[in-house]
Amino acid sequence: LFVADPEAPRLIGGSCQVCGKSHFPRGPVCPYCGADACVEARFGPDGRLALFTVVTSRPPGYRGPVPYGFGVVELPGGLLVVSRLAESRFDCLRPGLAVRLAIEPLFTDEEERPVLAWVFRPEAS
Amino acid sequence: VRPVYVAGVGIHAFGRFSDTSVTALGTHAVRAALKEAGVGRGGFQAAFCGTVYSGVAAGHKVLTSLGLSGVPIVNVEAGCASGGAALALAAAQVGSGQHDRVLVFGMEKMPRGIIRSSFFEPWREEAGLAATPAYFALRAQRLMLESDVTLADLARVSEKNHRHGVANPYAMYRKAISADEILASPVVCEPLRLLMLCSPNEGAAAVVLSATPTGTPVRVAAVALRSHLGGSVLGEHTPMSGAADHPVPAPTEMAARDAYEAAGVSPADLDVVELQDTDSGREILSAEELGLCPKGGGGRWVRDGGGEMGARLPVNPSGGLLSKGEPLGASALGQIVELTWQLRGAADQRQVAGARVALAHTVGRGANACVAVLTR
Repeated sequence: LFVADPEAPRLIGGSCQVCGKSHFPRGPVCPYCGADACVEARFGPDGRLALFTVVTSRPPGYRGPVPYGFGVVELPGGLLVVSRLAESRFDCLRPGLAVRLAIEPLFTDEEERPVLAWVFRPEAS
Repeated sequence: VRPVYVAGVGIHAFGRFSDTSVTALGTHAVRAALKEAGVGRGGFQAAFCGTVYSGVAAGHKVLTSLGLSGVPIVNVEAGCASGGAALALAAAQVGSGQHDRVLVFGMEKMPRGIIRSSFFEPWREEAGLAATPAYFALRAQRLMLESDVTLADLARVSEKNHRHGVANPYAMYRKAISADEILASPVVCEPLRLLMLCSPNEGAAAVVLSATPTGTPVRVAAVALRSHLGGSVLGEHTPMSGAADHPVPAPTEMAARDAYEAAGVSPADLDVVELQDTDSGREILSAEELGLCPKGGGGRWVRDGGGEMGARLPVNPSGGLLSKGEPLGASALGQIVELTWQLRGAADQRQVAGARVALAHTVGRGANACVAVLTR
Protein backbone atom coordinates (compact mmCIF):
# COMPACT_ATOMS: atom_id res chain seq x y z
CA LEU A 1 0.00 0.00 0.00
CA PHE A 2 2.76 2.45 0.85
CA VAL A 3 6.49 3.08 1.14
CA ALA A 4 7.27 3.69 4.80
CA ASP A 5 10.40 5.76 4.26
CA PRO A 6 10.15 8.68 6.73
CA GLU A 7 12.09 10.94 4.33
CA ALA A 8 10.08 9.99 1.26
CA PRO A 9 6.72 8.41 2.17
CA ARG A 10 4.66 7.34 -0.84
CA LEU A 11 1.39 5.60 -1.63
CA ILE A 12 1.75 2.73 -4.09
CA GLY A 13 -0.86 2.81 -6.84
CA GLY A 14 -1.08 2.08 -10.50
CA SER A 15 -1.10 4.04 -13.72
CA CYS A 16 -2.76 2.82 -16.91
CA GLN A 17 -0.63 2.86 -20.05
CA VAL A 18 -3.72 2.86 -22.25
CA CYS A 19 -6.11 5.49 -20.81
CA GLY A 20 -3.55 7.31 -18.67
CA LYS A 21 -5.61 7.26 -15.50
CA SER A 22 -4.19 6.54 -12.06
CA HIS A 23 -5.64 4.46 -9.26
CA PHE A 24 -4.94 3.56 -5.65
CA PRO A 25 -4.39 0.99 -4.25
CA ARG A 26 -2.72 -0.80 -7.10
CA GLY A 27 -4.96 -3.30 -8.90
CA PRO A 28 -4.28 -5.95 -11.54
CA VAL A 29 -6.12 -4.05 -14.30
CA CYS A 30 -7.20 -0.48 -14.85
CA PRO A 31 -10.49 0.11 -12.99
CA TYR A 32 -11.51 2.65 -15.65
CA CYS A 33 -10.87 1.01 -18.99
CA GLY A 34 -10.15 -2.59 -18.01
CA ALA A 35 -6.77 -2.56 -19.77
CA ASP A 36 -4.21 -5.06 -18.55
CA ALA A 37 -1.46 -2.50 -18.96
CA CYS A 38 -0.90 -0.85 -15.59
CA VAL A 39 2.48 -0.02 -14.15
CA GLU A 40 3.27 0.75 -10.55
CA ALA A 41 3.09 4.43 -9.72
CA ARG A 42 3.99 6.17 -6.47
CA PHE A 43 2.02 9.11 -5.15
CA GLY A 44 2.72 11.80 -2.60
CA PRO A 45 3.79 13.16 -0.31
CA ASP A 46 2.15 16.53 -1.05
CA GLY A 47 -1.53 16.96 -1.63
CA ARG A 48 -4.49 19.26 -1.19
CA LEU A 49 -7.51 18.60 0.97
CA ALA A 50 -10.64 18.38 -1.20
CA LEU A 51 -13.32 17.22 1.25
CA PHE A 52 -13.26 16.46 4.95
CA THR A 53 -15.22 15.51 8.02
CA VAL A 54 -14.49 14.19 11.50
CA VAL A 55 -15.34 10.62 12.56
CA THR A 56 -16.68 10.76 16.10
CA SER A 57 -17.31 7.11 16.91
CA ARG A 58 -15.12 4.10 16.32
CA PRO A 59 -15.83 2.31 13.05
CA PRO A 60 -15.56 -1.50 12.83
CA GLY A 61 -12.00 -2.87 12.86
CA TYR A 62 -10.34 0.46 13.68
CA ARG A 63 -8.11 0.57 16.74
CA GLY A 64 -6.60 4.03 16.51
CA PRO A 65 -7.65 7.19 18.36
CA VAL A 66 -11.14 8.69 18.04
CA PRO A 67 -12.19 11.28 16.96
CA TYR A 68 -10.14 11.50 13.80
CA GLY A 69 -10.21 13.55 10.63
CA PHE A 70 -11.33 11.85 7.44
CA GLY A 71 -11.36 13.20 3.95
CA VAL A 72 -10.49 13.14 0.30
CA VAL A 73 -7.02 14.33 -0.67
CA GLU A 74 -6.16 15.38 -4.20
CA LEU A 75 -2.66 14.42 -5.28
CA PRO A 76 -0.72 15.92 -8.19
CA GLY A 77 -2.03 14.41 -11.40
CA GLY A 78 -5.60 14.42 -10.14
CA LEU A 79 -5.63 11.20 -8.13
CA LEU A 80 -8.16 11.42 -5.28
CA VAL A 81 -7.51 9.30 -2.20
CA VAL A 82 -9.85 8.66 0.71
CA SER A 83 -7.74 9.00 3.84
CA ARG A 84 -7.55 9.46 7.56
CA LEU A 85 -6.34 12.95 8.53
CA ALA A 86 -3.98 13.80 11.39
CA GLU A 87 -6.14 16.79 12.35
CA SER A 88 -9.36 15.93 14.21
CA ARG A 89 -10.64 19.48 14.78
CA PHE A 90 -13.15 20.25 12.04
CA ASP A 91 -12.59 23.99 12.34
CA CYS A 92 -8.89 23.53 11.53
CA LEU A 93 -9.70 21.96 8.16
CA ARG A 94 -10.69 23.77 4.98
CA PRO A 95 -10.93 23.00 1.26
CA GLY A 96 -7.60 23.37 -0.52
CA LEU A 97 -5.52 23.01 2.62
CA ALA A 98 -1.98 21.75 1.88
CA VAL A 99 -1.47 18.32 3.45
CA ARG A 100 1.49 15.96 3.57
CA LEU A 101 1.58 12.16 3.64
CA ALA A 102 3.01 10.39 6.68
CA ILE A 103 3.33 6.69 7.47
CA GLU A 104 2.98 6.21 11.21
CA PRO A 105 2.16 3.55 13.81
CA LEU A 106 -1.62 3.57 14.34
CA PHE A 107 -2.02 0.89 17.00
CA THR A 108 -0.25 -2.10 18.53
CA ASP A 109 -1.44 -5.56 17.54
CA GLU A 110 -1.90 -8.68 19.73
CA GLU A 111 1.80 -9.52 19.40
CA GLU A 112 2.81 -6.03 20.57
CA ARG A 113 3.89 -5.05 17.09
CA PRO A 114 3.14 -1.55 15.84
CA VAL A 115 0.81 -1.51 12.84
CA LEU A 116 1.62 1.23 10.35
CA ALA A 117 -0.97 3.23 8.44
CA TRP A 118 -0.95 6.25 6.21
CA VAL A 119 -2.35 9.60 7.20
CA PHE A 120 -2.33 13.10 5.73
CA ARG A 121 -1.28 15.93 8.01
CA PRO A 122 -1.97 19.63 7.40
CA GLU A 123 1.32 21.36 6.57
CA ALA A 124 0.89 24.06 9.17
CA SER A 125 0.06 21.90 12.17
CA VAL B 1 -42.58 -7.84 -23.74
CA ARG B 2 -46.06 -8.09 -22.19
CA PRO B 3 -47.36 -5.84 -19.38
CA VAL B 4 -46.57 -6.73 -15.76
CA TYR B 5 -49.07 -5.94 -13.00
CA VAL B 6 -48.98 -5.82 -9.22
CA ALA B 7 -51.43 -8.46 -8.02
CA GLY B 8 -50.88 -8.05 -4.30
CA VAL B 9 -48.68 -6.31 -1.74
CA GLY B 10 -47.82 -6.94 1.89
CA ILE B 11 -45.56 -5.32 4.47
CA HIS B 12 -44.23 -5.90 7.94
CA ALA B 13 -43.71 -2.57 9.71
CA PHE B 14 -40.12 -1.26 9.75
CA GLY B 15 -38.61 -0.92 13.23
CA ARG B 16 -36.93 -3.07 15.86
CA PHE B 17 -38.56 -6.39 16.78
CA SER B 18 -36.19 -8.22 19.09
CA ASP B 19 -38.46 -11.24 19.57
CA THR B 20 -39.15 -11.77 15.87
CA SER B 21 -36.82 -13.69 13.55
CA VAL B 22 -36.07 -12.45 10.05
CA THR B 23 -37.92 -15.51 8.74
CA ALA B 24 -41.01 -14.47 10.69
CA LEU B 25 -40.75 -10.90 9.37
CA GLY B 26 -40.59 -12.21 5.80
CA THR B 27 -43.40 -14.67 6.40
CA HIS B 28 -45.68 -11.89 7.60
CA ALA B 29 -45.18 -9.80 4.47
CA VAL B 30 -45.36 -12.76 2.07
CA ARG B 31 -48.62 -14.04 3.55
CA ALA B 32 -50.22 -10.61 3.29
CA ALA B 33 -49.19 -10.19 -0.37
CA LEU B 34 -50.31 -13.68 -1.36
CA LYS B 35 -53.63 -13.22 0.43
CA GLU B 36 -54.30 -9.96 -1.36
CA ALA B 37 -53.39 -11.54 -4.69
CA GLY B 38 -55.64 -14.50 -3.89
CA VAL B 39 -52.74 -16.82 -4.55
CA GLY B 40 -51.68 -19.89 -2.63
CA ARG B 41 -49.63 -22.98 -3.18
CA GLY B 42 -49.08 -23.48 -6.90
CA GLY B 43 -50.17 -19.92 -7.63
CA PHE B 44 -46.72 -18.58 -8.45
CA GLN B 45 -43.94 -20.16 -10.44
CA ALA B 46 -40.83 -18.50 -8.98
CA ALA B 47 -39.73 -16.38 -6.04
CA PHE B 48 -36.97 -13.81 -5.56
CA CYS B 49 -35.92 -12.64 -2.11
CA GLY B 50 -33.86 -9.48 -1.57
CA THR B 51 -31.73 -9.55 1.55
CA VAL B 52 -28.19 -8.71 2.68
CA TYR B 53 -27.64 -9.87 6.27
CA SER B 54 -30.02 -12.86 6.49
CA GLY B 55 -27.52 -15.62 5.74
CA VAL B 56 -27.80 -18.82 3.73
CA ALA B 57 -31.03 -19.68 1.86
CA ALA B 58 -32.98 -17.00 3.72
CA GLY B 59 -35.83 -16.81 1.23
CA HIS B 60 -36.07 -20.60 1.15
CA LYS B 61 -36.65 -20.62 4.90
CA VAL B 62 -39.60 -18.24 4.55
CA LEU B 63 -41.33 -20.26 1.82
CA THR B 64 -40.51 -23.58 3.50
CA SER B 65 -42.18 -22.37 6.69
CA LEU B 66 -45.32 -21.62 4.66
CA GLY B 67 -45.34 -24.89 2.73
CA LEU B 68 -44.76 -22.96 -0.49
CA SER B 69 -41.38 -24.33 -1.56
CA GLY B 70 -40.77 -26.35 -4.69
CA VAL B 71 -40.61 -23.40 -7.08
CA PRO B 72 -37.25 -21.84 -7.94
CA ILE B 73 -36.24 -19.49 -5.11
CA VAL B 74 -33.35 -17.06 -5.61
CA ASN B 75 -31.87 -14.85 -2.91
CA VAL B 76 -30.65 -11.54 -4.28
CA GLU B 77 -28.03 -9.23 -2.79
CA ALA B 78 -27.35 -5.80 -4.27
CA GLY B 79 -26.74 -3.61 -1.22
CA CYS B 80 -29.43 -1.00 -0.60
CA ALA B 81 -30.97 -1.88 -3.98
CA SER B 82 -31.38 -5.61 -3.15
CA GLY B 83 -35.19 -5.50 -3.20
CA GLY B 84 -35.09 -3.52 -6.43
CA ALA B 85 -32.81 -6.11 -8.00
CA ALA B 86 -35.20 -8.87 -6.93
CA LEU B 87 -38.08 -6.89 -8.45
CA ALA B 88 -36.16 -6.44 -11.72
CA LEU B 89 -35.59 -10.20 -12.02
CA ALA B 90 -39.21 -11.03 -11.21
CA ALA B 91 -40.60 -8.42 -13.61
CA ALA B 92 -38.37 -9.74 -16.39
CA GLN B 93 -39.70 -13.27 -15.90
CA VAL B 94 -43.33 -12.17 -16.06
CA GLY B 95 -42.73 -9.67 -18.86
CA SER B 96 -40.92 -12.20 -21.02
CA GLY B 97 -43.69 -14.75 -20.65
CA GLN B 98 -41.50 -17.24 -18.81
CA HIS B 99 -43.89 -17.20 -15.85
CA ASP B 100 -47.40 -15.82 -15.29
CA ARG B 101 -46.99 -15.01 -11.62
CA VAL B 102 -43.85 -14.42 -9.56
CA LEU B 103 -43.44 -13.62 -5.87
CA VAL B 104 -40.84 -11.06 -4.86
CA PHE B 105 -40.07 -10.18 -1.29
CA GLY B 106 -37.39 -8.51 0.77
CA MET B 107 -36.54 -8.71 4.44
CA GLU B 108 -33.83 -7.67 6.84
CA LYS B 109 -32.78 -7.69 10.44
CA MET B 110 -29.86 -5.28 10.53
CA PRO B 111 -27.21 -5.78 13.20
CA ARG B 112 -27.27 -3.19 15.97
CA GLY B 113 -24.62 -0.55 16.53
CA ILE B 114 -22.07 0.42 13.92
CA ILE B 115 -22.53 -2.22 11.30
CA ARG B 116 -19.59 -4.29 10.21
CA SER B 117 -19.78 -4.81 6.48
CA SER B 118 -17.76 -7.39 4.57
CA PHE B 119 -17.65 -4.75 1.83
CA PHE B 120 -14.58 -3.32 3.56
CA GLU B 121 -11.43 -5.44 3.51
CA PRO B 122 -9.58 -5.77 6.84
CA TRP B 123 -6.87 -3.31 5.81
CA ARG B 124 -9.52 -0.67 5.10
CA GLU B 125 -11.12 -1.30 8.49
CA GLU B 126 -7.74 -1.03 10.24
CA ALA B 127 -7.01 2.23 8.46
CA GLY B 128 -10.27 3.73 9.75
CA LEU B 129 -11.84 3.76 6.30
CA ALA B 130 -14.93 1.66 7.19
CA ALA B 131 -16.67 4.71 8.64
CA THR B 132 -19.85 4.58 6.56
CA PRO B 133 -21.49 7.83 7.78
CA ALA B 134 -18.29 9.71 6.95
CA TYR B 135 -18.78 8.95 3.25
CA PHE B 136 -22.31 10.34 3.45
CA ALA B 137 -20.86 13.40 5.17
CA LEU B 138 -18.27 13.97 2.43
CA ARG B 139 -20.97 13.64 -0.20
CA ALA B 140 -23.11 16.21 1.63
CA GLN B 141 -20.12 18.52 1.98
CA ARG B 142 -19.47 18.24 -1.73
CA LEU B 143 -23.07 19.28 -2.45
CA MET B 144 -22.53 22.28 -0.18
CA LEU B 145 -19.22 23.23 -1.81
CA GLU B 146 -20.31 22.73 -5.41
CA SER B 147 -23.79 24.22 -5.16
CA ASP B 148 -25.73 26.46 -2.79
CA VAL B 149 -27.03 23.64 -0.56
CA THR B 150 -26.81 24.81 3.07
CA LEU B 151 -26.88 23.11 6.45
CA ALA B 152 -30.39 24.52 6.88
CA ASP B 153 -31.45 22.80 3.63
CA LEU B 154 -30.20 19.47 4.98
CA ALA B 155 -32.32 20.03 8.08
CA ARG B 156 -35.37 20.94 5.98
CA VAL B 157 -35.21 17.63 4.10
CA SER B 158 -35.25 15.67 7.33
CA GLU B 159 -37.98 17.88 8.77
CA LYS B 160 -40.15 17.20 5.69
CA ASN B 161 -39.68 13.44 5.73
CA HIS B 162 -40.32 13.18 9.46
CA ARG B 163 -43.49 15.25 9.00
CA HIS B 164 -44.63 12.87 6.25
CA GLY B 165 -43.79 9.84 8.38
CA VAL B 166 -46.27 10.83 11.10
CA ALA B 167 -49.07 9.47 8.89
CA ASN B 168 -47.34 6.15 8.12
CA PRO B 169 -48.29 3.31 10.49
CA TYR B 170 -45.43 1.19 9.08
CA ALA B 171 -42.70 3.74 9.87
CA MET B 172 -40.27 3.43 12.80
CA TYR B 173 -40.40 7.12 13.73
CA ARG B 174 -43.78 8.84 13.65
CA LYS B 175 -42.99 12.14 15.26
CA ALA B 176 -42.66 15.53 13.61
CA ILE B 177 -39.25 17.06 14.31
CA SER B 178 -38.45 20.74 13.74
CA ALA B 179 -35.45 21.89 11.73
CA ASP B 180 -34.07 23.48 14.89
CA GLU B 181 -34.24 20.16 16.76
CA ILE B 182 -32.54 18.44 13.84
CA LEU B 183 -29.74 21.03 13.78
CA ALA B 184 -29.34 20.70 17.56
CA SER B 185 -29.02 16.89 17.48
CA PRO B 186 -25.50 15.47 17.99
CA VAL B 187 -23.00 15.82 15.16
CA VAL B 188 -22.21 12.37 13.76
CA CYS B 189 -19.85 13.50 11.00
CA GLU B 190 -19.83 17.16 9.96
CA PRO B 191 -22.09 18.40 8.41
CA LEU B 192 -24.48 15.56 9.24
CA ARG B 193 -26.41 15.57 12.52
CA LEU B 194 -27.91 12.42 14.01
CA LEU B 195 -31.43 13.36 12.88
CA MET B 196 -30.24 13.80 9.28
CA LEU B 197 -29.33 10.09 9.05
CA CYS B 198 -31.65 7.11 8.69
CA SER B 199 -31.49 4.21 11.14
CA PRO B 200 -30.65 0.70 9.94
CA ASN B 201 -33.45 -1.51 11.27
CA GLU B 202 -35.74 -4.48 10.55
CA GLY B 203 -38.72 -5.15 8.36
CA ALA B 204 -40.09 -6.94 5.31
CA ALA B 205 -42.17 -6.25 2.22
CA ALA B 206 -43.61 -8.46 -0.51
CA VAL B 207 -45.16 -8.02 -3.94
CA VAL B 208 -46.86 -10.52 -6.26
CA LEU B 209 -46.32 -9.73 -9.94
CA SER B 210 -48.76 -11.08 -12.51
CA ALA B 211 -49.37 -11.00 -16.25
CA THR B 212 -53.08 -10.52 -15.52
CA PRO B 213 -54.52 -7.17 -14.31
CA THR B 214 -56.82 -7.33 -11.29
CA GLY B 215 -58.82 -4.77 -9.28
CA THR B 216 -57.37 -1.29 -9.80
CA PRO B 217 -54.54 -2.41 -12.06
CA VAL B 218 -51.12 -1.05 -11.11
CA ARG B 219 -48.62 -1.71 -13.83
CA VAL B 220 -44.87 -2.12 -13.38
CA ALA B 221 -43.98 -0.04 -16.42
CA ALA B 222 -40.20 -0.34 -15.98
CA VAL B 223 -37.57 -1.62 -13.59
CA ALA B 224 -34.01 -0.59 -14.40
CA LEU B 225 -30.95 -1.71 -12.49
CA ARG B 226 -27.47 -0.32 -13.07
CA SER B 227 -24.06 -0.50 -11.40
CA HIS B 228 -21.40 2.18 -11.31
CA LEU B 229 -18.83 3.08 -13.91
CA GLY B 230 -15.22 3.75 -12.93
CA GLY B 231 -14.59 7.07 -11.24
CA SER B 232 -16.76 9.22 -8.99
CA VAL B 233 -14.70 8.84 -5.83
CA LEU B 234 -17.66 9.70 -3.64
CA GLY B 235 -20.12 7.43 -5.36
CA GLU B 236 -21.75 4.71 -3.31
CA HIS B 237 -19.00 2.35 -4.41
CA THR B 238 -16.44 4.23 -2.35
CA PRO B 239 -13.92 3.13 -1.23
CA MET B 240 -13.38 0.93 -4.25
CA SER B 241 -11.73 3.65 -6.22
CA GLY B 242 -9.54 6.19 -4.52
CA ALA B 243 -9.58 7.07 -8.16
CA ALA B 244 -9.74 10.16 -10.28
CA ASP B 245 -13.14 11.80 -10.30
CA HIS B 246 -13.64 12.38 -13.98
CA PRO B 247 -17.22 13.06 -14.99
CA VAL B 248 -19.15 9.85 -15.42
CA PRO B 249 -22.90 9.37 -14.98
CA ALA B 250 -23.85 8.03 -11.55
CA PRO B 251 -25.68 4.67 -11.30
CA THR B 252 -28.91 6.50 -10.44
CA GLU B 253 -28.66 8.67 -13.56
CA MET B 254 -28.13 5.61 -15.76
CA ALA B 255 -30.97 3.63 -14.15
CA ALA B 256 -33.31 6.64 -14.36
CA ARG B 257 -32.55 7.14 -18.04
CA ASP B 258 -33.25 3.46 -18.75
CA ALA B 259 -36.46 3.48 -16.71
CA TYR B 260 -37.84 6.69 -18.21
CA GLU B 261 -37.16 5.38 -21.71
CA ALA B 262 -38.68 1.94 -21.07
CA ALA B 263 -41.79 3.42 -19.44
CA GLY B 264 -42.12 6.22 -21.99
CA VAL B 265 -42.30 8.90 -19.31
CA SER B 266 -40.21 11.89 -18.21
CA PRO B 267 -39.77 13.49 -14.78
CA ALA B 268 -42.53 15.98 -15.71
CA ASP B 269 -45.02 13.08 -15.91
CA LEU B 270 -44.39 11.85 -12.36
CA ASP B 271 -47.05 12.33 -9.67
CA VAL B 272 -45.32 10.78 -6.67
CA VAL B 273 -41.77 9.60 -5.88
CA GLU B 274 -40.17 7.44 -3.20
CA LEU B 275 -36.41 7.92 -3.33
CA GLN B 276 -33.28 6.93 -1.42
CA ASP B 277 -32.77 9.25 1.56
CA THR B 278 -30.12 7.42 3.57
CA ASP B 279 -29.24 10.90 4.77
CA SER B 280 -30.58 14.37 3.98
CA GLY B 281 -27.86 15.02 1.43
CA ARG B 282 -28.67 11.80 -0.38
CA GLU B 283 -32.28 12.95 -0.92
CA ILE B 284 -31.07 16.16 -2.58
CA LEU B 285 -28.56 14.27 -4.72
CA SER B 286 -31.20 11.65 -5.62
CA ALA B 287 -33.62 14.38 -6.70
CA GLU B 288 -30.93 15.89 -8.94
CA GLU B 289 -29.84 12.55 -10.39
CA LEU B 290 -33.45 11.54 -11.12
CA GLY B 291 -34.03 14.85 -12.90
CA LEU B 292 -36.66 16.07 -10.42
CA CYS B 293 -34.76 19.35 -10.27
CA PRO B 294 -31.83 20.76 -12.24
CA LYS B 295 -28.27 19.59 -11.48
CA GLY B 296 -26.95 21.92 -8.83
CA GLY B 297 -30.49 23.13 -8.16
CA GLY B 298 -31.18 20.85 -5.21
CA GLY B 299 -30.80 23.56 -2.60
CA ARG B 300 -33.24 25.81 -4.39
CA TRP B 301 -35.61 22.85 -4.82
CA VAL B 302 -35.63 22.25 -1.07
CA ARG B 303 -36.09 25.93 -0.20
CA ASP B 304 -39.01 26.17 -2.66
CA GLY B 305 -40.77 23.34 -0.84
CA GLY B 306 -39.86 20.68 -3.41
CA GLY B 307 -41.08 17.23 -2.45
CA GLU B 308 -43.56 18.45 0.19
CA MET B 309 -47.05 17.00 0.32
CA GLY B 310 -49.05 19.50 -1.70
CA ALA B 311 -46.08 20.40 -3.92
CA ARG B 312 -46.22 19.66 -7.66
CA LEU B 313 -44.37 16.39 -7.01
CA PRO B 314 -44.46 14.95 -3.47
CA VAL B 315 -41.28 13.02 -2.60
CA ASN B 316 -41.26 10.34 0.09
CA PRO B 317 -44.88 10.64 1.25
CA SER B 318 -44.17 7.51 3.32
CA GLY B 319 -41.67 9.53 5.36
CA GLY B 320 -38.74 7.99 3.49
CA LEU B 321 -35.98 6.01 5.10
CA LEU B 322 -35.44 8.90 7.52
CA SER B 323 -38.81 8.03 9.12
CA LYS B 324 -39.12 4.36 8.26
CA GLY B 325 -35.54 3.28 8.90
CA GLU B 326 -33.66 1.15 6.39
CA PRO B 327 -33.92 -2.64 6.40
CA LEU B 328 -31.68 -3.11 3.34
CA GLY B 329 -33.40 -6.00 1.56
CA ALA B 330 -36.89 -4.69 2.31
CA SER B 331 -36.54 -0.96 1.66
CA ALA B 332 -37.01 -0.98 -2.13
CA LEU B 333 -40.06 -3.23 -1.94
CA GLY B 334 -41.45 -1.10 0.89
CA GLN B 335 -41.43 1.72 -1.67
CA ILE B 336 -43.29 -0.46 -4.18
CA VAL B 337 -45.93 -1.29 -1.55
CA GLU B 338 -46.37 2.41 -0.71
CA LEU B 339 -46.58 3.45 -4.35
CA THR B 340 -49.05 0.67 -5.18
CA TRP B 341 -51.30 2.06 -2.45
CA GLN B 342 -50.78 5.57 -3.81
CA LEU B 343 -51.81 4.51 -7.32
CA ARG B 344 -54.83 2.61 -6.01
CA GLY B 345 -55.89 5.69 -4.04
CA ALA B 346 -55.52 3.66 -0.85
CA ALA B 347 -52.74 5.55 0.95
CA ASP B 348 -55.05 7.09 3.56
CA GLN B 349 -53.68 10.34 5.00
CA ARG B 350 -50.55 10.04 2.87
CA GLN B 351 -52.53 9.98 -0.37
CA VAL B 352 -51.26 12.10 -3.25
CA ALA B 353 -54.52 13.02 -4.98
CA GLY B 354 -55.01 11.48 -8.41
CA ALA B 355 -51.57 9.89 -8.61
CA ARG B 356 -51.16 7.94 -11.88
CA VAL B 357 -47.38 7.74 -12.43
CA ALA B 358 -44.99 6.84 -9.61
CA LEU B 359 -41.25 6.33 -9.34
CA ALA B 360 -39.26 4.29 -6.80
CA HIS B 361 -35.51 4.69 -6.37
CA THR B 362 -32.86 2.92 -4.33
CA VAL B 363 -29.09 3.23 -4.52
CA GLY B 364 -26.33 1.85 -2.39
CA ARG B 365 -23.18 -0.09 -1.95
CA GLY B 366 -21.81 -1.91 -4.92
CA ALA B 367 -22.67 0.54 -6.34
CA ASN B 368 -26.15 -0.39 -7.46
CA ALA B 369 -29.08 1.78 -8.35
CA CYS B 370 -32.62 0.66 -9.11
CA VAL B 371 -35.33 2.86 -10.59
CA ALA B 372 -38.86 1.50 -11.06
CA VAL B 373 -41.81 3.25 -12.68
CA LEU B 374 -45.35 2.20 -11.73
CA THR B 375 -48.46 3.43 -13.55
CA ARG B 376 -52.20 3.10 -13.31
